[in-house]
Amino acid sequence: MSSETQKILTTDGIPLEESLKKAEKKNKIKAFLLVAPLLLFILITYVFPIGDMLFRSVDDRMVTNMLPKTFKAMEKWDGKEMPPEKVFEAFYLDYKILVEEKRHGKLSTQLNYEKNGFKSILKKLARKQKKFEEGNYKEQIMAVHKRWANVEYWRAIKRRAPEYTYSKYLKGIDMFKNEDGKIVQVPEDRRIHKILWMRTLEVALFVTIFCFLMGYPIAHLLATLPMKYSNLLMICVLLPFWTSLLVRTASWMILLQQQGVVNDFFVLIGLVTDDNRPEMMYNKTGTYVAMTQILLPFMVLPLYSVMKTISPSLMRAGKSLGGTPFVAFWKVYFPLTIPGIGAGCLLVFILAIGYYITPALVGGASGTLISNQIAFHMKSTLDWSFASAMGLMLLTGVLVVYWIYNKLVGIDNIKLG
Amino acid sequence: MSKNQQYVRFDKVDKSYDGKVLVVKDLNLDIAEGEFVTMLGPSGSGKTTCLMMLAGFETPTNGEIYLDSNPISNIPPHKRGIGMVFQNYALFPHMTVYENLAFPLKVRKIPKDEIDKKVDKVLSMVSLTGFEKRMPGQLSGGQQQRVAVARALVFDPKVVLMDEPLGALDKNLRESMQYEIKHIHESIGVTVVYVTHDQGEALTMSNRIAVFNDGKVQQLSSPDELYEAPVNSFVAEFIGENNTFSGEVVDVSKEKCKVKLNSGNEIIANPIRVKSNGEKTMVSLRPERAIINPEDKMDNKHKGKIEEVIYHGDHTRVRLNLLGNNEFILKIPNSSARMDIKVGNEIKVGWNSQDSRALDPKQ
Repeated sequence: MSSETQKILTTDGIPLEESLKKAEKKNKIKAFLLVAPLLLFILITYVFPIGDMLFRSVDDRMVTNMLPKTFKAMEKWDGKEMPPEKVFEAFYLDYKILVEEKRHGKLSTQLNYEKNGFKSILKKLARKQKKFEEGNYKEQIMAVHKRWANVEYWRAIKRRAPEYTYSKYLKGIDMFKNEDGKIVQVPEDRRIHKILWMRTLEVALFVTIFCFLMGYPIAHLLATLPMKYSNLLMICVLLPFWTSLLVRTASWMILLQQQGVVNDFFVLIGLVTDDNRPEMMYNKTGTYVAMTQILLPFMVLPLYSVMKTISPSLMRAGKSLGGTPFVAFWKVYFPLTIPGIGAGCLLVFILAIGYYITPALVGGASGTLISNQIAFHMKSTLDWSFASAMGLMLLTGVLVVYWIYNKLVGIDNIKLG
Repeated sequence: MSKNQQYVRFDKVDKSYDGKVLVVKDLNLDIAEGEFVTMLGPSGSGKTTCLMMLAGFETPTNGEIYLDSNPISNIPPHKRGIGMVFQNYALFPHMTVYENLAFPLKVRKIPKDEIDKKVDKVLSMVSLTGFEKRMPGQLSGGQQQRVAVARALVFDPKVVLMDEPLGALDKNLRESMQYEIKHIHESIGVTVVYVTHDQGEALTMSNRIAVFNDGKVQQLSSPDELYEAPVNSFVAEFIGENNTFSGEVVDVSKEKCKVKLNSGNEIIANPIRVKSNGEKTMVSLRPERAIINPEDKMDNKHKGKIEEVIYHGDHTRVRLNLLGNNEFILKIPNSSARMDIKVGNEIKVGWNSQDSRALDPKQ
């Protein structure tokens, strides 16, 4: 037996295993070099930004570094009553440096995210602090504005003490850490994010369902029609794909507005009266219609590619074996299209959940989605860490959907084309 | 036990797909109960269309098809009770072998224990017992084929249709499957309509063969009759090997006719499709009916020059230039008697006149 397990040598006397490794090493290096540019590209354009986003969403060192003395003094303060003189003194000293270095604007922006009203009182303090006398800073600061005497504002400052925070994530689901360190919901009238999350999910879900209901017959037709007709139909499916997203959305605006083509037609055929035209845009209806149309190809194409591979003789076999056309469809054809359905639905859902331009243009107030909120924080409030946090929450949501799909159907069962 | 001689009946069936060309022309065909009938023909001859019309996937443009004396043109495929084996098997890839076989029974609402019994029985018939849990993709081509056959039989259909079922198999497997299908047919006695373009397959398996060409049945008869006594030049050329001479009838009697060939020679033939002098004809002769060094009583004796000799093991094929036809094939059985078969030699060849059939001229 032992002689059989002896190492096999090549004709040169090198062990075969080593020789094989050597021979394959070159190929491996070649293969790696071929994918290296793409790998690098993905790293630069995908992995780094995502990592940066993750970091940014929890990073709060900016405020920590701007008020080092204050936070040190605050360590012993329990946050229940007004902070002691030491804290005021430290804050005065920190702020003085910031004003001298002209960095106090940034601080006011950051603190304003935490609590509205900081901007004006910090500005006032910046002016007044020049004339401050030494000692008893507590009273001097409290005299600048009555809000400085409000313990809430000092608590807000203390909340920004840690270098890393998950408060942005809490804010994303309308929650915050209160004075006692408990996580509670924000007052009912300010819970806007929850509504947006639910609406985003709802829109994505319904758009996926609509796309499926419309895309399935189209894909079936595409896969079964004779070549000359199916090519034409394919162009019809792809034509919107080749048109700019903006153009398509704009054309929906022309069609759907109250004085638009669709409404004119409804009036013409007497479905609605002229003074009672339904609003089909700047609300959820507009978002549904436009997004369904725009995302439809993403449903049709994977379905088509799967259906194309299903032999027509399978349906025939189902029928000849005694299944009614419905049974043959449901038991034979439909199960075979599930990989395509999975791919299409996943694709449409994931695209819909992060959709931005269309809801921004036709959604109006009741049709905007979470991505619009993210954009708002990116562009208008410049609270990038909050935008990052919400972006990551969205990404997590997508990954959860992906995971559920994998559990239910199996990701290897997916077929994109 | 009197069997219905017109169990399946095509009655003046026409079929056209585009309204311009008839794919099937005035088809009349009767198939008896329990019979194994093969539709044989080149591709595009209309045989698959006939099968599809019988299965219900195509409707006749004109005429009617009867199954057990009932017209079936208006019955949808799933109510016809016809089993079908498809060219590419058409097994449901997402179902196990058991589920595939149970499908026709489940849709007929047969109770579970009876389904199990029937599936067991049919699986043992195709010798695939123990394969119930396999997926079709895990089976070899031959096994898939057997499952397809089993599935077409499991619900005791009135008729089983097979559309070139062995086309995808390799030669050896194809031959063994031919026997297997033939034996299954013999043991359960179901009516089988089989479509193929492989004449070997048709000759081995069938009770009767319908030779299709150009949308018409050229000849419907038993394999031996088809081979020995083709009624026209198409059948003669299509089935088996064939030596042909073109010529003109110069003298016709009841059993014999003299044909003057284009080369000027005359041969004696059996008048099948010729009736009068001056008619153009094609004389057909099977290679194995012509022999070397003919006996005296043979009424056709001619000399030919050997052009090519091909060794085939059990026999030797010799290509001769005989009476102006240099494609004349002769099959010489392999025997110990060495004959002078070498390229360039002249040999004597002869045959009986009733084996050389004077048919219609080639189109």
